[in-house]
Amino acid sequence: MKDLLNELDKAFENRVRLGIMSALVVNDFLDFNALKELLGVTDGNLASHMKSLEKSGYVNFKKEFLDRKPNTKYFATDAGKEAFRKHINAIEQLLNKGE
Amino acid sequence: MKEKYIEDLKEIKDIMNRSSRFLSLSGISGVSVGIIALAGAYTAQRLVFSQGELLTINQTELSSGQLVNLLAVALATMVISIGLVIILTTRETKKRGQKIWDHQTKRVLINLFIPLVTGGIAGLIFISKGFVGVVIPLTLIFYGLALFNVSKYTLNEIRSLGLIEIVLGLLALQFIAYSLWFWAAGFGLFHIVYGIIVKLKYKS
Repeated sequence: MKDLLNELDKAFENRVRLGIMSALVVNDFLDFNALKELLGVTDGNLASHMKSLEKSGYVNFKKEFLDRKPNTKYFATDAGKEAFRKHINAIEQLLNKGE
Repeated sequence: MKEKYIEDLKEIKDIMNRSSRFLSLSGISGVSVGIIALAGAYTAQRLVFSQGELLTINQTELSSGQLVNLLAVALATMVISIGLVIILTTRETKKRGQKIWDHQTKRVLINLFIPLVTGGIAGLIFISKGFVGVVIPLTLIFYGLALFNVSKYTLNEIRSLGLIEIVLGLLALQFIAYSLWFWAAGFGLFHIVYGIIVKLKYKS
């Protein structure tokens, strides 16, 4: 049980961060507004969680111009996808143990 | 604590569903497209290919009546299928409270239609030069490539369906006398099978 808890990733304890990763593992990339709409959070909230995921090296972004407007595309890094997969495995194992 | 993780998993699933929304490709549309394709293949067999000599890689004479029939059947099958898919997908998307026209939709359509339109134009060129038989395998091959191409952005099952269509297309080209059967299998049977699998798996 103890080992399993260690497997859980602190970065994903927060719902918003978990939501960001869930969306980014199934999409090649998403822009800020799409993520905001999807998760129903404020700009500031999303930005701060995004920063923390960037720091962990789980997400990255690319800045582009769309019709001369800046557009930021976020995507999950390979490390992020791997960490997310491990986190979900750990949750599933925890739940199975509990039964 | 256990409840929190159950909630987490539910949330993850929900977000994945809503964000990669071409999950709205419902099982029902697969089954209905399959049935329409079978009807189309049957009609084409009766009206155009009944003598069988057209199903060859060689250049053939197509009477103007046959040409009109062939194009009419092809057009009708295509318009009805695409129309149905649009209606069913829009309905499904609305039911989920999602936007119909957004980045995801555009990406799926572009990736689907570039190989598809290429195949369509190639097919028309072949028909205009009298190589009617080749067109049946070609539609399967290009459709398969289009599905394979778009599968990155939608259900995983689309990828397998694409590969199956490509293999059937190549078989149809090799055994061209039976190409209409391969076509019926690819566009009819496998759409129906795909629809049933999606319906069972995603309950959509």
